[in-house]
Amino acid sequence: MASEPHLLTERERDRREDDSYGDLHTEHQILNMGPSHPASHGTVKFVIELDGESIIDLDVQVGYLHRGFEKECESGTWYQAIPYTDRLNYNSAILANTGYCLAVEKLLQLETPERCQYLRVLAGELSRVGDHLTRAGAACLELAAMTPFLFGIEARELNWDLQEVLCGARVTSNYIRIGGVKHDMPRSFPGICRENVAKIRALLKDFDDVVTENRIFVDRLRGTGFLSREDCIRYAVTGPLLRAAGVAHDLRKSQPYLVYDRLDFDIPIGEVGDNYDRYLVVVEEMHQSLRIIEQCVDWLEKSSGPVNIDDPRVRWPAKGRVFNQMEELIQQFKSVTEGPRVPAGEAYQAIESPNGELGFYVVSDGSAVPWKVRCRPPSFINLQPLPLMLRGALLGDLIPTFDFVNMIGGECDR
Amino acid sequence: MAEESKGRMEDHGSEALRRLIAAMPEAICDTHARLGDATALVEAARIADVLHFLRDTPGLEFEMLVDLTAVDYVGETPRFELVYHLLSLKHNHRVRIKARVLESAPEIDTVVSVWPAAGWMEREVWDLYGIRFRGHPDLRRILLYEEFEGHPLRKDYPKEKRQPLIGPRN
Repeated sequence: MASEPHLLTERERDRREDDSYGDLHTEHQILNMGPSHPASHGTVKFVIELDGESIIDLDVQVGYLHRGFEKECESGTWYQAIPYTDRLNYNSAILANTGYCLAVEKLLQLETPERCQYLRVLAGELSRVGDHLTRAGAACLELAAMTPFLFGIEARELNWDLQEVLCGARVTSNYIRIGGVKHDMPRSFPGICRENVAKIRALLKDFDDVVTENRIFVDRLRGTGFLSREDCIRYAVTGPLLRAAGVAHDLRKSQPYLVYDRLDFDIPIGEVGDNYDRYLVVVEEMHQSLRIIEQCVDWLEKSSGPVNIDDPRVRWPAKGRVFNQMEELIQQFKSVTEGPRVPAGEAYQAIESPNGELGFYVVSDGSAVPWKVRCRPPSFINLQPLPLMLRGALLGDLIPTFDFVNMIGGECDR
Repeated sequence: MAEESKGRMEDHGSEALRRLIAAMPEAICDTHARLGDATALVEAARIADVLHFLRDTPGLEFEMLVDLTAVDYVGETPRFELVYHLLSLKHNHRVRIKARVLESAPEIDTVVSVWPAAGWMEREVWDLYGIRFRGHPDLRRILLYEEFEGHPLRKDYPKEKRQPLIGPRN
């Protein structure tokens, strides 16, 4: 520490004030950004240590959206947890439904009918497209490009229309059930789906024309937010971030669940692991998801069969029988008020969500109430190495990097 | 964790469990592979050794700590169980490692030095279950705020309990 200012001689004071004698006296500045900041979507607070405009260090503070997801799940039936999983990630609610139901089905040792699995894949891939559209579109918006954001939102709207036709709701659709799905697709769905997929492809083309080789966009993304392959693995980063760093790890391929092993699609990977690679991976994944959607629609149109498993532990009796038979009425009553009793044990099931590995670790003590429902949140875990991606970078690089990490508050904070 | 159970430990066809049992039989209390998930319950004092071994042994190479959480088995002794899910990208296999800690001394060694990914996961377990991680460089609450009293995922924390409201600090 220098001596007290008032003890300095006049000459010394002049010398210090005149920068021609050397560096200006500078000190690091602490900047609080968030929890609600117009240039970031998601409620998170950054405490940034700045040297001029360069980030020296960063403390990411999460938890603003914590609402006790696990505690709530532990106080209802196994069925009552499904709507809570809807609210983890508002962009891809169906994938969280699917992950939870697959984990519970693993404990119950149930194998759902083929048609149900195709419907789950179809609904899940629609969610993935919506999630990626939001990520890429919002990134453009926050880099001050309004037009591509509107292309993205228009495509997402078409996508949500499809989800509405399929599930009856747009965002928190609550479509997946333990042992099945809510209902089969309506007969009009394949036609509307093909029409909208073509329109989404056209919008993606427009998006691509405006953004992918745009000089401003490329300059903001190329070389920023870099995270190496080794650091991704050490920090358990999964999803598009890991693939952008050049690791071809996608649970749909490496540990297939549902019917992904019967579908034809590719896994895009990046080269260096910066934001531009992440953008390219995300865009290509949307095209691959659209391919999967078309294959599922073709299959579903050609085949028929039940969409729910016929297992008395989880099956709800058909309404016609409930109204006419005493036993079925009793079973309906038990199913609604108590739900299934899940055998004691533990199970972990992971699925590939748009952000990475979304896992559910469920523990049952044999009763009708979950003992524990743990959600392994990809956003939370992918956000942890954010300081590593940004140390030494400019403050402005935080915006695209945070966008492509795609932290979703509901899932991160649970 | 009875002594006799150590005698009949099985690997259930899992390569990871087989090599773990061969390398450090004294650290392992129980194994199972129910529903296809290879699982080992290990001594809490040896957790860092076990995880180091699983990460560094050629042929296993669990280079990713996918998840870390805890379960409160209230009424049992020891009460808390920590659950580590590991994944090997190279060999495409998984293993689950568990360790039990006592209610009277809810503490275990940190694994931040093995995987930096554990940093936030351990903070979350401390926040919600009140289990301390010895040697953790920055063990603050993460989802809740510093003034919060108690650890809400413990089974004896009432769901309806209210917490005092706090104002902004600066």
